[in-house]
Amino acid sequence: MTLSEEELAEERTGPGPARAAPPSRLRVVTGRFFASRQGRLGFAVLAVLVALACAGPLFSPWAYTDKDFLAFLRPPSAAHWFGTSQTGADVYAMTLRGMRRSLLVGLLAALVSTALAALVGAFAGYFLGWTDRVLSRLTDLLLVLPAFLILAIMSPLFGAGQWPLFVLMLALFLWMVTSKITRGMTISLKQREFVQAARYMGVPPMKIIFSHVLPNLSSLLIVDATLNVSAAILTETSLSYFGFGIQPPDVSLGTLIADGSRTAVYAPWTFWFAAGLLVITVLAVNLVGDALRDAFDPTARRSR
Amino acid sequence: MSPVLEVERLEVSFGDVHAVRGLSYTVRPGEVLGIVGESGSGKSVAAAAVMGLLPPGARASGSVRLHGRQLLGAPERELRAVRGRTVSMVFQDPLSALTPVYRVGDQIAEAVRVHQKVSREQALAKAVDLLDLVGIPDPRGRALAFPHEFSGGMRQRVVIAMAIANDPDVIICDEPTTALDVTVQAQVLEVLKTAQRATGAAIVMITHDLGVVAGFADRVLVMYAGRPVEVGDVDDVYYRTRMPYTVGLLGSVPRVDAGGRRALVPIDGHPPAPAARPPGCPFAPRCPMRIEACEDREPPLFEVGAGHQAACIRWDEVRPWAAGDGAVRPWAAGDGAVRPWAAGDGAVRPWAHDDGAVRPSAGGGGGDGPGWPVVRGARRVLEVDGLVKHYPVRKGAIFKRRVGTVHAVAGVSFDIREGETLGLVGESGSGKTTALTQILELAEPQEGRVVVLGRDTARLTREQRAAIRRDMQVVFQDPLAALDPRMTIYDILAEPLRTHPRAPLRAHGGRAPGARVAELLDLVGLDPSHAARYPQDFSGGQRQRIGIARALALEPRLLVLDEPVSALDVSIRAGVINLLDSLRTRLGLSYLFVAHDLAVVRYLADRVAVMYLGRIAEIGRVEAVYGTPAHPYTQALLSAIPLPDPVRERARERTLLDGDLPDPADPPSGCRFRTRCPKFAGVLTGAERSLCVDTEPEIRTLGEDQGAACHYAEKLAVV
Repeated sequence: MTLSEEELAEERTGPGPARAAPPSRLRVVTGRFFASRQGRLGFAVLAVLVALACAGPLFSPWAYTDKDFLAFLRPPSAAHWFGTSQTGADVYAMTLRGMRRSLLVGLLAALVSTALAALVGAFAGYFLGWTDRVLSRLTDLLLVLPAFLILAIMSPLFGAGQWPLFVLMLALFLWMVTSKITRGMTISLKQREFVQAARYMGVPPMKIIFSHVLPNLSSLLIVDATLNVSAAILTETSLSYFGFGIQPPDVSLGTLIADGSRTAVYAPWTFWFAAGLLVITVLAVNLVGDALRDAFDPTARRSR
Repeated sequence: MSPVLEVERLEVSFGDVHAVRGLSYTVRPGEVLGIVGESGSGKSVAAAAVMGLLPPGARASGSVRLHGRQLLGAPERELRAVRGRTVSMVFQDPLSALTPVYRVGDQIAEAVRVHQKVSREQALAKAVDLLDLVGIPDPRGRALAFPHEFSGGMRQRVVIAMAIANDPDVIICDEPTTALDVTVQAQVLEVLKTAQRATGAAIVMITHDLGVVAGFADRVLVMYAGRPVEVGDVDDVYYRTRMPYTVGLLGSVPRVDAGGRRALVPIDGHPPAPAARPPGCPFAPRCPMRIEACEDREPPLFEVGAGHQAACIRWDEVRPWAAGDGAVRPWAAGDGAVRPWAAGDGAVRPWAHDDGAVRPSAGGGGGDGPGWPVVRGARRVLEVDGLVKHYPVRKGAIFKRRVGTVHAVAGVSFDIREGETLGLVGESGSGKTTALTQILELAEPQEGRVVVLGRDTARLTREQRAAIRRDMQVVFQDPLAALDPRMTIYDILAEPLRTHPRAPLRAHGGRAPGARVAELLDLVGLDPSHAARYPQDFSGGQRQRIGIARALALEPRLLVLDEPVSALDVSIRAGVINLLDSLRTRLGLSYLFVAHDLAVVRYLADRVAVMYLGRIAEIGRVEAVYGTPAHPYTQALLSAIPLPDPVRERARERTLLDGDLPDPADPPSGCRFRTRCPKFAGVLTGAERSLCVDTEPEIRTLGEDQGAACHYAEKLAVV
């Protein structure tokens, strides 16, 4: 059953440089992610944005709730770095505050919705039978519900400090289509021999889903997640525009863009900082997503 | 006689990739030229270039002359007039070569009417004649059928009928039988011979199967890395080989005929990628006769005999591989300077140490005369008793009515003892894969009993099932499909170790999977430092080694092999077979080996079970079943396999089977084989036949460890 004693001894004494660092998937993917310029750039930009959103307000004498009644609609200056709005609020403070909210809402909602889509789709597709029927009905039900209306009706609940609920509700209406695609792809993946091989090896079903099915859907899921970031931010923006999303005095990039769009023509600083940061955020997320997808996909062209 | 088709210095390139480099050949009327090469050798591209059917982006230069007329670079209108009329083609996949929405008769008639001014009715009449010629029963009725109503072999006959519809002068056959079963392959080759006699055409036969060429071709051209490396008469190439690559190919083919289990001689490495060919002889990196001069420049084709050319600077030292010679080395053993590839460098290929002598069955054979020890091991690792698996056939879109039952496996019994290898062979549709799946599922069978490692699958607890999953592992046919493309080799090999964490800890004193992974890669002859790579980065043979390494990770007792080498090229196949053979000896494994290739089974298995339509036709020791098969089906199957030995191949008499496998939803009454049985049709009297029609034969014992399910079983040597 085993190798001969002699060989075992040889194996034990024989030093192997490859054995020092077990090259598991996580290490390889991380390595490949940071080896690509896209990945490094996207990650750096996103990190700077997050740092700015968290630490930026500390450097400004103004808080986002403060109003400077001596300066209405002033262009950027030493006192107000990004200028002031019609009500005399500091645009720098408001934009950073808004970005913090939008980043949280966008990234979290996208992650939650993609995770939900992946799990529901993969479980329905892998187990089929009753699991599939229940999960598919649920998906269909959520698909036919008018998301915007429900969010609008629920908006009183999203008062101060209730943003996690808002994120959850946003995510709840974003995952269904992806979940249906995931389900279909899982069904076809299940027939593939490497999934069969894992089954015959005795790998438990949950483990197969997490180590074989989902990684093979990663391209789809990552693209979906990056798209969902912008979708979530935009949904939040449009909800906020109608006054249903983030409630004042809290601000988001959406409410800022909505407010700023009215004065954008003659006071561009009220609009362009918020809009520019939104664009940069979405761009950085897309860069990270692309790099991640390539890092996961071994067939992608290497950037060695 | 002036040649029909002359190809001179044909070059085909796709951008920077040179697929064909300097191919020259001529074919005379009535001559059969076999072009042999592994995948990627450029043989199919060369055929497409001759037909003017290259994909856009390919550039061809050189000359292709048909009856002296230049085809290369000729305008499309001129080529169309030639295609199908003077040169026609038979493709590998007969289903995609026929249009699914037209009747078969109309398609052949269309082929006739494109080139001949005849009326519709005349063309249809000709189509029926052609179908008759290629041996389709009831040609008048079948001409009205659609392609999907034909089986693979029948479709290929239709394609041949289309190819000869206009009495072509050259028929190019691109792997015409690769997608078919052996018995059907024998039929189709016979049809091709008939077609050739009827039209007097020259045939260019492109294949990777050295056996097919041996019996069929007059001359052979061996291609490697886009170039011809040896050209000559069949006998010259097979018996007076002058190119190490050809020697290697012939030595690495497992043969179904006697010669016992000589060690196969694999060719090291794998063919060079078209984009990264070495500067010198393309075969030099794999060649055991390599000298420094080989790497200077590519050798031209040397004239080594009458009409025999080889591209090797040391051609006069190359010795052909001799069938009777027990020696492992294909050339003179006294050649001290040359390191033959079977010996030495054990670090890379551990099985090279074995040299066949360590195998217990072979070693113990000394006392028992020529045979192998007939005494079988005591412990059974797998026992299958009366296994039945049937699927319902349903019809209707909304209300699915049950309209029949497919008996995929209809009562199969066999067992495997410790350390034994059972080969389960059969053609497609014989139920061997279904039987395998039933065993692997470890679920209660519909009928019958499956006992794995002493435990009945009908009464398994969760823990017992997990334990069996650890001790029974599987290797799949397609190594690329069986390895998760998103996992590194390290993760793939560590997966079983993580799933059953106790096994390696117990056996190896608690080492991390990293050490075991390196050990496994070493065991199957791969470099442990490649663990961070993905399956895509490896060649087919290496991938299959990874698949084997994964199966061995937990040190199983029973290994189930599902066609483990059929997806691999000939020169690589031998290495994997040798690896499997040596691993069995070293690790004391038992194999259940499912394959359609009887030659591979003969090489690896101790016992063999031949399946036909869901039942076992014959079972027994390999030497007995192959030497003196008793069931008419086994006899036909063995006689259908082409041998890579031209003289024997020409002298052989084949038992050809009629028709196709019956519908498994509606098997014949009594003996399932009787509809195609040559004995039933030819030898038996009416009274004897009624037994075949009424009673399904059970397996009867015929001497020591051989049994056949035939009422009139008689031993007969066929290979």
